[in-house]
Amino acid sequence: MDTGTLMFILSITIRSSTAVLFATLGEIFTERSGVLNLGVEGMMLMGALSGFAATFYSHSLLLGILTSLAIGGVLALIHGFFVITLRANQVVCGLALAIFGIGLSSFLGRPIIGRVGERFVQWPIPFLQEIPIFGPVLFNQNPLIYFSYFLVPAAWFFLYHSRPGLNLRSVGENPAAADTAGISVIRIRYLFTLFGGMLAGLGGAYLSLSYTPGWKENMTSGQGWIAIAMVIFALWNPWRAVLGALLFGGINALQFYFDARQFTLIPSYILRMLPYLFTIAILVIITRWKTVRKRAGAPAGLGLPFQREEHF
Amino acid sequence: MKLTLERRLVPSKFAAWGGVGFSILLALIMGGLVFLGAGANPFKAYAVMCLGAFGDFYNVSEVLVKAIPLILCGLSIAIPAKILVWNIGGEGQLAVGGIGSAAVALFLSPFLPPPFVLPTMIVAGFLAGGLWASVAGFLRARMGVNEILTTLMLNYVAIYWMENLYFGPWRDPTGTGFPGTAIFPEAAWLPRFPQTRIHLGLVFGILAALVLQWAFFRTRWGYEIRVIGENPKAARYAGMDITRHILWVMFLSGGLAGLAGMAEVSGIHYRLQQGLTVGYGYVGIIVAWLSRLNPMAIIVVALFLASLLVGGDQLQSVMHLPSAVGLVLEGTLLFFVLGSDFLARYRIKLSIKSKEQPRVEQKAGGIEQRASS
Repeated sequence: MDTGTLMFILSITIRSSTAVLFATLGEIFTERSGVLNLGVEGMMLMGALSGFAATFYSHSLLLGILTSLAIGGVLALIHGFFVITLRANQVVCGLALAIFGIGLSSFLGRPIIGRVGERFVQWPIPFLQEIPIFGPVLFNQNPLIYFSYFLVPAAWFFLYHSRPGLNLRSVGENPAAADTAGISVIRIRYLFTLFGGMLAGLGGAYLSLSYTPGWKENMTSGQGWIAIAMVIFALWNPWRAVLGALLFGGINALQFYFDARQFTLIPSYILRMLPYLFTIAILVIITRWKTVRKRAGAPAGLGLPFQREEHF
Repeated sequence: MKLTLERRLVPSKFAAWGGVGFSILLALIMGGLVFLGAGANPFKAYAVMCLGAFGDFYNVSEVLVKAIPLILCGLSIAIPAKILVWNIGGEGQLAVGGIGSAAVALFLSPFLPPPFVLPTMIVAGFLAGGLWASVAGFLRARMGVNEILTTLMLNYVAIYWMENLYFGPWRDPTGTGFPGTAIFPEAAWLPRFPQTRIHLGLVFGILAALVLQWAFFRTRWGYEIRVIGENPKAARYAGMDITRHILWVMFLSGGLAGLAGMAEVSGIHYRLQQGLTVGYGYVGIIVAWLSRLNPMAIIVVALFLASLLVGGDQLQSVMHLPSAVGLVLEGTLLFFVLGSDFLARYRIKLSIKSKEQPRVEQKAGGIEQRASS
């Protein structure tokens, strides 16, 4: 394989990983606050649809992005209301929102299937992209991808090296103790559930405004669910989320490559199954890896409603 | 004036079921608002929906047709949910059940005496779905891998597999590119009630619900399931083998969904084709939760949701309103029920609070304010 092909594959890897990365990062923050949001798939689809629709009708990419953030956020707030304030079952509520989002997006999106709208184009960064091999791969991408380059270290820094990040982590690990220390558990949970939903919406918008421009029913193909699995694989850490997302993107890139070269060694339907089988595999690995399990796990308060009077 | 929330010691059953009724009312009101927003008369719209679902014999029969997979998939989700295991793989298990029974219909039926074909297909569908779910069940029971995600991923795998089969090796040789297998021989057709599309699958569903209802309350298995669901620690102390229960429950759950697949394939389409998987596996979650995991309630709720779907279709053709209104109603209903659960577990108290009250007095009864004053 020559360097040209390698660079091609790497470039597609990055592009295929971004949507999942956004959703995973968002869900990491949500789960770090102790809230399990299973509705990511629905939020991504609604974000994809609303972002594309807004851009299509207003001819403004910025408006599209903002709309997708807003829609993802609204759905997440609904989840938050039921789960934080009404203390409903987090699994059922998230699933309901996912089903709702999937169905609603299918239905609302019918008029604009196949339409062509504005899309993000590549912005090569002048000096950096001259670097051999990695230059064009990393620095000849579109602005959303550059945003993810910024988002990951920012997330890491926030989570592990800032006071608000510490508060967030403590809310997830031990809400009762955090409450005693004066941290508003409710406010933090709402805030980061909202944030997670917004990022899920952004991930969806990335798909409809950049990766596969336009709207197609179910265009995320389960990346929302995969993101939830990625959070576990990443052990709730932003850098490992990048690793997981790149692995996922790599599998997608290989699919493209095999398809393009028409390798019939692996039938195409099996190629299409690979991302999902891969997700199962990493879940098994990460759940079973003993040394890893001892060092890091889910936030201890994940999925449990917080009620002040029950913690004396 | 202050609103406080007080957790009830015992969840109120009255509020739980009353909450469902109240939620239905609220959801209907919400739906009415949606109709108004779309420029239609809500009463007329609901009338059309009712007529569409119950107005004539054929419509009622269609409601029953749609209810069959909903009953089976609802049961499929409810059983593991009782022990807090979530099988979201209904779609995939349904598809695999369809694959299994199609295999029998297409390839084994020439070698079987006609009366044996359907029973073999039933067993094949059940086994196929059960085994498919057992992959996730095994991973969960033995390795603690999150079953929500594994069952979901397997959905996609199953559907791709099915598509490959009816586009490829099993494609109808006489067909004109129609995405499906050849039509099954008549021995493989589930009998229908005359003049309707209601097939024997309805009997499967109702029978399964009755058996499960009986099993939950009259067998040792059912007892253990209930204990594990309500108090896993107590179950462990009592020596109940939770791992084995998870494995069996997932197998049973997948089997029911596989049975739904077999019923659709053999009672409605008479072939394995595109359009088999239309979301019953997911709507089943709504059915199961609205029924509070009670098998008999699942039959009722499935009929109700099916009528929403059929009535919604009618809305589209008669009033040119989007048929997805049925879906919207289902969604709002689910959320209202989720919200009403809250009322069953918490009591809302209004209290008049004055700043002079010493902290000691406030401790009796409700949540007290933190000592900020």
